Amino acid sequence: MPTSTRHLATAPSNADVSRYALRLGDDALISAQRMGEWIAAAPQLEEDVALGNIALDLLGQARALLTYAGQLEGAGRDEDDLAYLRDERQFLNAQIFELGNGDFGFTVARLLVTSTYQHALYAGLRHSADSTLAAIAAKAVKEVDYHRDHATQWTLRLGDGTAESHRRMQQGVDAVWPYVSELFESDALTTALAASGVAVDPNSLEEQVLVYVEQVLTEATLTRPEATVRHTGGRSGIHTEQFGYVLAEMQHLARSHPGAKW
Amino acid sequence: MYGNDFGPADRPTPSDGAGGHLDSRDLEADFQAIIDSDGRIEPRDAMPQAYRKSLIRQIAQHAHSEIIGMQPEGNWISRAPSLRRKAILMAKVQDEAGHGLYLYAAAETLGAERADLLDMLHNGKQKYSSIFNYPTLTWADMGAIGWLVDGAAIVNQVPLCRCSYGPYARAMVRVCKEESFHQRQGFEILYTLSHGTSGQHAMAQDAVNRWWWPSLMMFGPPDAQSPNTEQSMAWGIKRFSNDDLRQRFIDMTVPQATALGLDLPDPELRWNAERDHYDSGEINFTELFEVIKGNGPCNASRMAHRRRAHEDGAWVREAADAYAAKHRTATNSPPGHAAA
Amino acid sequence: MTEGDDRVVTTEVVTGTEPQQLNAEGGHGAVPLEGVATQQAPQAAAARDWPLWEVFVRAKRGLSHVHVGSLHAPDAAMAVRNARDLYTRRQEGVSIWVMPAEHITATSPDEKDAFFDPAADKIYRHPTFYSVPEGVKHL
Repeated sequence: MPTSTRHLATAPSNADVSRYALRLGDDALISAQRMGEWIAAAPQLEEDVALGNIALDLLGQARALLTYAGQLEGAGRDEDDLAYLRDERQFLNAQIFELGNGDFGFTVARLLVTSTYQHALYAGLRHSADSTLAAIAAKAVKEVDYHRDHATQWTLRLGDGTAESHRRMQQGVDAVWPYVSELFESDALTTALAASGVAVDPNSLEEQVLVYVEQVLTEATLTRPEATVRHTGGRSGIHTEQFGYVLAEMQHLARSHPGAKW
Repeated sequence: MYGNDFGPADRPTPSDGAGGHLDSRDLEADFQAIIDSDGRIEPRDAMPQAYRKSLIRQIAQHAHSEIIGMQPEGNWISRAPSLRRKAILMAKVQDEAGHGLYLYAAAETLGAERADLLDMLHNGKQKYSSIFNYPTLTWADMGAIGWLVDGAAIVNQVPLCRCSYGPYARAMVRVCKEESFHQRQGFEILYTLSHGTSGQHAMAQDAVNRWWWPSLMMFGPPDAQSPNTEQSMAWGIKRFSNDDLRQRFIDMTVPQATALGLDLPDPELRWNAERDHYDSGEINFTELFEVIKGNGPCNASRMAHRRRAHEDGAWVREAADAYAAKHRTATNSPPGHAAA
Repeated sequence: MTEGDDRVVTTEVVTGTEPQQLNAEGGHGAVPLEGVATQQAPQAAAARDWPLWEVFVRAKRGLSHVHVGSLHAPDAAMAVRNARDLYTRRQEGVSIWVMPAEHITATSPDEKDAFFDPAADKIYRHPTFYSVPEGVKHL
């Protein structure tokens, strides 16, 4: 975000910044929801603790971002209103976050991509012209650095472990790859906000993220797939078929008691 | 060097104590003297075989309980009705995994191996607390478990912080520190529900109705039917009797129920000024014995879930071992652990 | 491990209606005391757990490392990470040492206790965070 252009761009509207924060918040929220499913089901007790930590970090990021999005929106919606009362078409997470956990190989492959992406994103967002986003990012970048490290350690061990773990890990990488490109799509919103120094242009993250991921895959004796299929739509509320089930489970209780406090 | 201090040649074997060492009455006298002066037995101390076995049994089953206990509460993480509650519940269940790990570590200082202990959990040779064989049917169960089940566990666990075996006592100090937030969380959930909508209040009362009696049964049968207590007390493992602990729990909890605005499902609960305790109704222990036998609502599913997680994870654990073997240097991995 | 009278040969299921040997042992209590094995025949190498590591933590600058417990990990890199998760909940400023248990040589020491506070940034881990009505005791 070059400072020379910052004061030339139009000041970003609250509505725009709110929508941007909502995208990031939904990424973190849905990611936390999926990671949480590993608790009491992980391959080793130490992993229950580690994946639980990751889920907690992501949930903390989600809460901060959703709260901010609600404040900027100015319609009186708080983090829970946003998390529990929106329908599928109103969620703005990228599709990669909502995919089912699959086996541990798929989960590690997905986490490697998303944590590397989030690390690059937050590292840039620390310098946002929006001081709230900058503060959220400053805390989050340390957390996702750990997530990326965790995913890296496991990618190496699964890729370069046994024949079976290699097969499963490669399968995981292959299955997640069609959902990678969506993370780096820019649109009018991100272009405008990046120009005013508030947001990080997703496009600008692609190279460093893919370079890192490829390095890890190579060291793990894995192959980076060809990007033949590129799924997209999450940023406009178009999700996968699985997403409805994610929301149904997450929201059912809260929606069953309208107006209740918990 | 302080700490858990097994050198390879000194790792205790089951024959320690059965043979030569404890022929000497001096060693047994030394052991008992430490106990009697409220000192701590540490891993390298000579100890009666029965003491060692008793502790392995107790610590292992305690650890298993923490692990299995993750399931009834883990059920509600994905459905928690607010993000704050979701975060608190995640942290709680994660704590329980940690507690299990601390306890397995303590058991291992006695010469057990975690892989064996887990195997015995999976094949039924070791058990876990029967309280976790009850289902968590509603969100309010999260409150009831925190308030009642963890409340009872705290009553049980605080004395263990002064138990005679050092590693177990130290693990318990760590556990108790984290456990107190669990109970407060449960109380807060119920308080909010009880003072919320009528539907929420009913949910809370229903959960308390279902969890009260099983919580009392956590303390085991009446003292008259628990002959093992004496030996455990002589060894400084158990500090208070079943009935004492149960009474303590009841006395603490009844006023809390009043503060919550919820009833306890025992019409015979009343303050007895002469005894300076609450009187309570008779507990039907037949239910407890049925659940211990394996006939509780969730015995089968808890074990199936646990075994599946372990079996599904086998390829992951093996992969990590294989990677370590391939990349082994002089210092980054212990010898003797090559992949099979 | 050698055999001995401590290997329970029966997988007994607790039966009958008379009160069983069980009590408030351990945390959540209500576990049987009888018919509970404390060891079994050694397993094949493939079924062994990851190696055991001992963990030492320096809680803050100025203190020395203290033994806090042990854990299982496949190698040193995972051991130090697992230790951070388990024994410090990733609190910053902490130094962690991990050592394969087998590499430690010991004499008969005087043990000193140490315990370590949970991470300060995880606010849910501190009991005073919760709003509890005045006058409710024992929480």
